[in-house]
Amino acid sequence: MTTKAPYEPVFVGERREELDALLGRYPTKMAALLPALWIIQEARGWVSDAAMEEVASVLDLTPAYVKGVVTFYTMYHQHPVGKYFVQVCTTSPCNVCGAEDVVRAFLRQTKCEELGQTSPDGRFTVIEVECLGACGFATPVMINAEFIESVTPDTVPAIVAAHK
Amino acid sequence: MGYPHKSHARETPVLSQHFGDTDAISLSGWRQRGGYRALEQALGMAPVDITNIVKESGLRGRGGAGFPTGLKWSFMKPGDGKPHYLCCNADESEPGTFKDREIMRWTPHALIEGCAVAAHAMGAETTYIYIRGEFTEPLERMTAAVKEAYSEGVLGKNALGSGKRIDVHVHKGAGAYICGEETALMNSLEGRRGNPRIKPPFPAVSGVFGQPTTINNVETLAAVPHILNNGAEWYKQMCLSSPKSTGSKLYSVCGNVRRPGTYEVVMGFPFKDFLYDLCGGPPVGRKFKAIIPGGASVPIQTMEEAEATLMDYEGFVAKGTMLGSGGVICIDDQQCMVKQIGRLARFFAHESCAQCTQCREGTAWTTKIVERIEAGEGTTADLDTLLSIADNMTGKTICVLSDSCAVPVVSGIQKFRDEFMAHITQKRCPYRTTPARSAAA
Amino acid sequence: MNDVTLTIEGRQVHVPAGTSILEAAKTAGILVPHYCYHPALPIPALCRMCLVEVEKAPKLMPACQTSVADNQVVHVHSAKAQEARKGVLEMLLINHPLDCPICDQSGECELQDYTYAEGRADSRYKEPKRFNPVEDFGGDVMYVANRCILCTRCVRFMEDVAHDAVLTVSERGDRALISKFEDHDLTHPWAGNVVELCPVGALLSKDFLNKARAWELDRAASICPNCTQGCNTTIETRDNVVVRLRPRVNEDVNKYFMCDHGRLDYRWLNRRDRVTSPSVRGQHADWSLAVAAAINALAGRTLNVLASPMLSNEALFLLGRLVKRLNGKGWFTVPQGPEAPLDGVQDLALRSDRAANVKGAELFGFARIADPAVVLAGLTDKDVLLVADEELAGHSVPPKAGAIVVIGTTQPAWTGTNPVVLPTTNMAEEEGTFTNLRGRVQRYLQAKAPPGESRPTYAVLSDVLIAAGEPANYMIPSEVFAALAASHPSFSGMSYDTLALKGAVIK
Repeated sequence: MTTKAPYEPVFVGERREELDALLGRYPTKMAALLPALWIIQEARGWVSDAAMEEVASVLDLTPAYVKGVVTFYTMYHQHPVGKYFVQVCTTSPCNVCGAEDVVRAFLRQTKCEELGQTSPDGRFTVIEVECLGACGFATPVMINAEFIESVTPDTVPAIVAAHK
Repeated sequence: MGYPHKSHARETPVLSQHFGDTDAISLSGWRQRGGYRALEQALGMAPVDITNIVKESGLRGRGGAGFPTGLKWSFMKPGDGKPHYLCCNADESEPGTFKDREIMRWTPHALIEGCAVAAHAMGAETTYIYIRGEFTEPLERMTAAVKEAYSEGVLGKNALGSGKRIDVHVHKGAGAYICGEETALMNSLEGRRGNPRIKPPFPAVSGVFGQPTTINNVETLAAVPHILNNGAEWYKQMCLSSPKSTGSKLYSVCGNVRRPGTYEVVMGFPFKDFLYDLCGGPPVGRKFKAIIPGGASVPIQTMEEAEATLMDYEGFVAKGTMLGSGGVICIDDQQCMVKQIGRLARFFAHESCAQCTQCREGTAWTTKIVERIEAGEGTTADLDTLLSIADNMTGKTICVLSDSCAVPVVSGIQKFRDEFMAHITQKRCPYRTTPARSAAA
Repeated sequence: MNDVTLTIEGRQVHVPAGTSILEAAKTAGILVPHYCYHPALPIPALCRMCLVEVEKAPKLMPACQTSVADNQVVHVHSAKAQEARKGVLEMLLINHPLDCPICDQSGECELQDYTYAEGRADSRYKEPKRFNPVEDFGGDVMYVANRCILCTRCVRFMEDVAHDAVLTVSERGDRALISKFEDHDLTHPWAGNVVELCPVGALLSKDFLNKARAWELDRAASICPNCTQGCNTTIETRDNVVVRLRPRVNEDVNKYFMCDHGRLDYRWLNRRDRVTSPSVRGQHADWSLAVAAAINALAGRTLNVLASPMLSNEALFLLGRLVKRLNGKGWFTVPQGPEAPLDGVQDLALRSDRAANVKGAELFGFARIADPAVVLAGLTDKDVLLVADEELAGHSVPPKAGAIVVIGTTQPAWTGTNPVVLPTTNMAEEEGTFTNLRGRVQRYLQAKAPPGESRPTYAVLSDVLIAAGEPANYMIPSEVFAALAASHPSFSGMSYDTLALKGAVIK
């Protein structure tokens, strides 16, 4: 039987101060929700159900409401991902410049079997994303928050190697 | 030749003149380049006078809608006793568009200055700059620049010693194209799902937090200090064709083209020269087949149409498309139009907020049919179905994402029907695409 | 407020400014097909079904959201509007499973109704349908996600009316569905209304699951008897068995809603452990014999009446007359439960007094007591106890009264083997009125046939009164009510006709 570790609140100490500072920017608590979810994701790597309950209680919202928001925005992860979350843009402007080849190169290089699955060594998860707003620098790739421009299949091995 | 290349002689670098210049990023660097003079001037002016200058200049919203900016500002009159808000729309997510990110990462203070001038003109003490979550560098640069501006007294309770309060906050998005729609942006800012709102009420009456709000695009706001510095006439005279389209425009050039990048030309510039001279034309050994000149939501142009276009709001409309955001997507003769139209439909299906029936279901349905055609399993009846769905998706929803999905489908079937028919009759995709790197040699 | 005149489908309509086209059309008897709009909920205008053609407007306008304007000319059934609706219906059906044969909503489904009226006869969809599993939302509600048309009425009801935002839309695009949070169920006392609000078979009552087809149901307008709020209801029966209660609209009492407790507490209306024939000392007797035996029991003894606060005004009125005539006394007790308001509606709650006609019992001279056992314990053989449909749940001690007469639907065990039993109908088997806690007198109609030889309480009491020497020749309940109204100032001027189906407040 595995016992789950008790949930450790995110909004304590420095992060609580960060949230309080954010709350000062908006006339409603609800408006601090997206920034608060970013704090959670930056602290834990993903937004768990327990974290949703915590932020709901801190901001006087219901957990269901928070869930509705979290599931709307694609950048919040609702389950853990690899250490490096690789997002390759494949929308048309990059698509016509070979973005799909870049995706295939990443899957090969990271040994991820499928899109959305984490590599056996837990380092990488590779997904396709929609337009990253750097179309003139095809193909742009984000690895976590790192934004890399002009990726080609040839430059993929070095990129993967650089992310230990 | 458009950042990241050096400026082409036929460009008119106003907003882009400091792209690539790392010294322009800091507040002192911006000041050295003439920055914050316009804000100083504005703070000494009556708000309505600033709005009138912007009106006179002919500046139109650069996010894609092209609504006259001065007119938009005039909807929100200062002095009604309510807190006013300015939202800067930095959600730049229209495929093919990447100009706002350049403004923010190279000249963050240009945007801050534009916001501050606009905020003063509209009596908005608080401005939120809503930046899409994926824009790591612009977020860093804008956040740092705002911090600088506060510590140098440009922003805050006593902006530039004027006694007026101008607050600017950077707000990070979390991955939703629809939040670039101004009412969806407001909902997202409020901490809600990014659903567009029904109108009325209009934002200028009841916007964020139920208060009067104006939403402007990054490029629009960045143009404002230049207009104040050089005058409305100066801006109006940047006009090569239709008098209703004035000033300069940033175009994001991408796809199958020799020199992709961000170019700035005066309204009315000939598109043929732009594509072949400034941007270098198609990749070596290929020909252009189609151009989408204003981001994914505008009709696809044939080369015949594109090469006869004058680049302004009216000029693009005259040649079967729209200026939109100015995201110029170049497609060469090695690409499969059916595949790309399907890919665009897939984009819209992914981004639909799910409120309106026609959009929620129609975007996904359209995607499935086009992908089926691309896989060689389509019929001619499918083309009729696609057009019928597109008609149902047009003019019937809360926002225009639905219409936008229909656009590439309708223009694609209209102008590239032969490619669709080839997939249908040959029962396969006749293109083995060898994607070209957009940079030539 | 200025009034506006406009033309809808060729008819002139005159409504206050600010009215929506959809509501204005209602006043002319024109239904603009819609899903997401509901008069009790905020307007999202997202289903796009209600798009109408407004002359001179550049696009079709959503009728639920667009305000009327002077000289507007609106077409609900023009070719353009019909085509738009047909398009919406088609889009709703592409992922909708062909569940009609197994779906509870069939026969009362707005997707079926509008599709039959105006939808396509065939499907052009050739792709795989999206699939989501069925979910138990808790309480009485299950969610069949595949059938959901995302109208969001349920989400808006829970948030804006119940003030308990436990439902949300989750995901985006065609992946969107209604969700709740893990371990946060739909346990709000008024949550069952979402089943009512759902236009299709996505939200279903577990209680009603697979019980009956909508077209097999007979319906009668009624009043919920389970507390003093007096929510207006419809009793639905199948083969003379009550299978469902649904709220009936009354702007002054319950708007569009009823609570889960009332909604689900109808099984007692189908009880089989009833007395269905008159009896004396355990032996079957015919009515005239039984009534005579009752009079005998009353003669020469002090009358003590234990009345149920579930009895109708008509029954309590006659019972009160009997008490007066025989110089007796009457009491009633009221079962209690926790009060549960519906916060978003003024003055609407599941009341702590869990009986239909507490006010009536008070008005007709009965004294409210907390524990009738005290009264019963004090009875001697000089007393006669008349038990008027009060089971007194939990009581077991037989009273030492000289005689017991039971006029009710059941014969409680503590009344022993010797009472005179005159069997009566329950509220679903008769016509009558209740008075709610705000003094509103409301009619309920007969929904099913009574069992055996049972007769309405007012009819039995009329016989008893006549046998006791008092004129009480009432053939139908409206006559009883007329007598009631004539003799009680609070009810003066009321009649079944004036009460109609909305009721009226006593003076």
